[in-house]
Amino acid sequence: MKVNFTLNHHPESWDVDPNEYFLDTLRAHDITSVRRGCDTTSCGVCTVLMDGKPVPSCSVLSISLEGKTILTVEGIKDSAERLAERMGHHGADQCGYCNPSLALTVYAMKQEIKHPTDQDISEYLVGNLCRCTGYKGQEEAIKLFLEEE
Amino acid sequence: MLLKEYARPKDLHEAYELLLQDEHNIIIGGGAWLKLTHKEVNTIIDLHSIGLHEIIDKGDHIEIGAMTSLRQIEKNEAIKGYYDGIFCQAVKSIMGMNIRNLATIGGSIMGKYSFSDIFTPLLAMDVSLVFFKSGTMTLEKYLETKRMEKDILVKILLHKKEGRGYFHTMKKTHLDFAVINCAVTKTDKVKIVIGARPSLAVRATEAEEFINTHEINEASILAAAKIAKDEIKTGNNARASKEYRNELIEVYVKRGLQEVLNYEG
Repeated sequence: MKVNFTLNHHPESWDVDPNEYFLDTLRAHDITSVRRGCDTTSCGVCTVLMDGKPVPSCSVLSISLEGKTILTVEGIKDSAERLAERMGHHGADQCGYCNPSLALTVYAMKQEIKHPTDQDISEYLVGNLCRCTGYKGQEEAIKLFLEEE
Repeated sequence: MLLKEYARPKDLHEAYELLLQDEHNIIIGGGAWLKLTHKEVNTIIDLHSIGLHEIIDKGDHIEIGAMTSLRQIEKNEAIKGYYDGIFCQAVKSIMGMNIRNLATIGGSIMGKYSFSDIFTPLLAMDVSLVFFKSGTMTLEKYLETKRMEKDILVKILLHKKEGRGYFHTMKKTHLDFAVINCAVTKTDKVKIVIGARPSLAVRATEAEEFINTHEINEASILAAAKIAKDEIKTGNNARASKEYRNELIEVYVKRGLQEVLNYEG
């Protein structure tokens, strides 16, 4: 079946199986910044923005994306690079596996909440697991990033 | 879940016809828990084009479309205004925000998930469900109904009542399912609900009866909590033992009663 949607600001029309999840579809199209972690909606590393909202792509049926607007980290390159700099500065980065999903989630938070408090930030990031660095450095980097933006 | 076909009907009539066409056709909500089941499905019916994703304040009640995301509910100011916002609080406690953007209230209700943090506060409030064919029924009746004819949940009605509310869900981590959850509300009467026992949420009717017919003091609150602990059937699973759950029930019912009855001791 054909599905038409916008991916990173470009219109796309892809053939997908009704049984196919978007994470698999993206990776089959070599978009490997969207990572596979738990594959059961828990870890958040497969996050993409669907109409501006973070969702776990491992649980979104590709065929259901008709007319949707999707962003992966490639679609928010400038914002992601600026966040990555802050992350590096705060030592909040190690293996980098969760970084694309984190950058997307922070991007969505910036759009949704004008001046997020520390609690807003922690609550917004609950669905993004990081197993390297802990979360303190990330939170500090995100706060600095938001202040500077 | 193994799916063969996908359909996106334009209205409820078309969706209902599709649903009846084959016993293996099902309605999809947000799809957040599709991977929890190994069912084989002929056609999965997606209601996203029908427009059931709004929260509307109707004066004496709040109407929530079945395709409304959990995230929309958690942020809704009208819903926050009732029973101390326990419904929003409960929804917010469910896993990460990315999943709550995907999961819908309709899917959460029709799944009848025993681990649900949704049923517990709703059962302690005054809630009705509106189905396409069966019409309106109370949430309590829906939960008691073992086998229902195929139908489509259209909307959820939260009947407005002034009252207090308490909700607590006990989880090992944010991203886990509840070990137990508890809601207590007080309008003209007190309601006590326990969920994730690990079975579906139920009311602690004996404890309710006791607290509603006795003077409020420390002894009556402790006695009601003890009654709730004894009357609610719990079980063992990977998250906790039956005995541990029973201990938690007594603690959370006590705290809930103290809060909604403004009893500081």
